[in-house]
Amino acid sequence: MTDYLIKNGFVFDPVQGINGDKVDVAIKDGKIVDAGDVTNPTVIDATGMTVMAAAVDIHAHVAGPKVNVGRNFRPEDKLFNGKAGSGIKRMEGGFSVPTVLRTAYLYARMGFGFSMEAAMPPLYARHTHEEIRDTPIIDQGALPVFGNNWFVLEYLKENEIENTAAYIAWLLNQTKGFGVKCVNPGGTESWGWGMNCETVDDVVPYFDVTPRQIVSGLIAANEYLGLPHCMHVHGNSLGEPGNYEITLDTLKIAEGYKPQNEFGRDVVLHNTHLQFHCYGGESYASKSFESKSKEVIDYINSVDNISYDLGVVTLDETTTMTADGPFEHHLSHMNNLKWANTDVELETGSGIVPFIYNPKTFIAGAQWAVGLECGLFIKDPMRAYITTDAPNAGPLSRYPRVYKWLMSAQAREDMLNNTLKYGDSIRERCYIGEIDREISLYELAMMTRAGPAKTLGLSHMFGSLKVGLEGDVAVYPYNPETDTDDPEKIEYAFGNAAYLIKGGRMIVKEGEIVDMGNKRTFWVNAKVNDNPMVERDISEKFRRYYTVTQNNYTVEGHHFVPNPYVIEVDATK
Amino acid sequence: MAKVILTPTQTPTLFLEAENITPDVFAGKTAAEIAALHGFVGKTTVTLGDYFKVEGAGGQTAADTTIVINGDVSRVKYIGMKMTAGEIVVNGSADMYVGGWMIGGKITVNGNIDAFAGLGMTGGEIIVNGNAGNYLGAAYRGDWRGMQGGVIRVSGNAGSDVGTFMRGGTIIVGGNIDVHVGTHMEGGTIIVKGNAKSRVGGQMVKGTIYVYGDIDVMMPGFQYRNDVDLEVDGQSGKFALYEGDMGERHPKQKGEVIYGQLYMKY
Ligand SMILES: [Zn+2]
Repeated sequence: MTDYLIKNGFVFDPVQGINGDKVDVAIKDGKIVDAGDVTNPTVIDATGMTVMAAAVDIHAHVAGPKVNVGRNFRPEDKLFNGKAGSGIKRMEGGFSVPTVLRTAYLYARMGFGFSMEAAMPPLYARHTHEEIRDTPIIDQGALPVFGNNWFVLEYLKENEIENTAAYIAWLLNQTKGFGVKCVNPGGTESWGWGMNCETVDDVVPYFDVTPRQIVSGLIAANEYLGLPHCMHVHGNSLGEPGNYEITLDTLKIAEGYKPQNEFGRDVVLHNTHLQFHCYGGESYASKSFESKSKEVIDYINSVDNISYDLGVVTLDETTTMTADGPFEHHLSHMNNLKWANTDVELETGSGIVPFIYNPKTFIAGAQWAVGLECGLFIKDPMRAYITTDAPNAGPLSRYPRVYKWLMSAQAREDMLNNTLKYGDSIRERCYIGEIDREISLYELAMMTRAGPAKTLGLSHMFGSLKVGLEGDVAVYPYNPETDTDDPEKIEYAFGNAAYLIKGGRMIVKEGEIVDMGNKRTFWVNAKVNDNPMVERDISEKFRRYYTVTQNNYTVEGHHFVPNPYVIEVDATK
Repeated sequence: MAKVILTPTQTPTLFLEAENITPDVFAGKTAAEIAALHGFVGKTTVTLGDYFKVEGAGGQTAADTTIVINGDVSRVKYIGMKMTAGEIVVNGSADMYVGGWMIGGKITVNGNIDAFAGLGMTGGEIIVNGNAGNYLGAAYRGDWRGMQGGVIRVSGNAGSDVGTFMRGGTIIVGGNIDVHVGTHMEGGTIIVKGNAKSRVGGQMVKGTIYVYGDIDVMMPGFQYRNDVDLEVDGQSGKFALYEGDMGERHPKQKGEVIYGQLYMKY
């Protein structure tokens, strides 16, 4: 394997406290080594450029059945934006729901090395893994959803943490999953009865359990197992005006829980796409709606065991997709466009609706503001990660544009003054106009690399350029000394990496994708004590309720996960 | 006005995708430059010169460029796609997507056209002195934004799914029309001077459809309102007004619910 030496770049690595210093970065046998330890390296001249560890995406929807339904029912999403193959690249296409190849190429061009698929319905884990397998270059993992799963609801009604943990361990193994995702806890199941959960103490019909019990039980089970990642929640009442109260109630459930793991993770709850959960007021009208991002993030700043990602609205035409079936149904009634929903037996639901975040409406502009505020109010950027909940709040390809808005008050002012029709009412109803903070490159590296890697329990591999970590390095054509004059340069540079080295292989060379890498699928194998009761419950549920047998459910590693990276966890204490 | 004459020299074995045949692309180019423009046949890239003899030159702008195609191009797709101005005259029949996403200018086809003509068009004029295929003035597959402006006038018959998701503009069909007319229509006007078969105005929200002849099977979601005397496209007569589709969600304007309107000539 080739050794690499990246010379003369401005390096940003918060883990090592490197803030724009000119440090040489060396890679040998796929890992970061001391600059003196490479022999005959290929030298990359990064003069005038920014060097960071490859980025880590903690939450995106890029593989699986709902992404694919999105592709199927939005052929217009590929209209006029397909690109013929060239060199090593095959044909790519799609804007909000790109093909697996475009997803990989986009991530590579943006300098990413790892992406977490944020919601895998266990029953369709095979499909999810087939898409992950077909997405080259980047390492990926997937989070199975647990928040409306019948086993979990039944165990947590009685607060049976050990049984919940045993079931989680079994399901992670069966689905080759990475951690515990929880979407609209209890609400998606309630929707089967035409209801929803609108407070954390609403009772799920038939199961007689509340969102509070589900969230606290999943945190407890997650820490019982000592999983690398924490419980990853998309709370109740997403997108509803006034929902910041239920968000605060959900976050407060984490009080008293301490992280128990051997991966250096220090949070117990990750609240995804926080932007959608910080709304005050009673409607989307400019007279009523208001941002409550400050109230929510003040709370997060006051504790140390919660992280979140932003979910910034990028003001595009996109495709929303979530396991929050009731929310998608609600959305389809708002915009009257096409809608797909499904009930995943015993486990979850899902829905898909195209959506246009129109900058000429008050509410889309306000959502844009709230998302950025979520990134700007944080005191410790190691706990706030930049996402667009792709494609829900905006397409994956817009990450660099979000960086621009976070890093440049001028770019935000330009939006408020020139692009958004209701800039004045947005200033009035949101905090955006009062914030002059500009995220620095050092902080950006925390919010896109060091932070998400730590919360995923992968800081021993990703997120830094420390010796011994994976040889995943991105070089961007951005000069932190001279390119600060124009915010557009941020957007361009972070969407057009000059170099990406991944696992010691050069993927992007002088802006061109030249290698498909050695893609790995990460999953967590948690060992627990034998639990005959849970085993019996599982075979009973398959016998009585599932439409498939257990043999047709298991994700067989050799076929679906041909290049696994398994993280072993031992909870047999 | 500058004129470019394209004379077909061979029929593509598959189909020639020629989105470059527009006044916008031809403007400012010589015959040799036009002949060098690319097209696609299957997965191969070809040039227009491989399939046409090119004479004349483009004008300074699209507006002063006329393209005349002398011959049969019924295996050539995307003629006039996205054109903004100028004129195209086809002396023969053309394949799919004539004037797709057209913005302005005029296309005249002295022959027949295949499906998807005027797809999502926002302006301009398409005149067909023959028959038209399916999905005339409709939306691209999956899209909800069909024809939004301009005029399509067909002398002969039209196929099925005309004006699907139409939002504006006018489609006039001189002859008969096949099933599914103005499905999901949210604006604009469709005039059918011959007969229609069935599913006229299904899921129609807004807009107007006139049928001079018979409708074989009426949609159950339409309700008779009253008779009116009208002049439509220069012809006057007595029409029965139906409103629908009652199965669809309808917007309100000044407190009144807006329905799609279907006029049937007596
Ligand atoms: Zn999400």
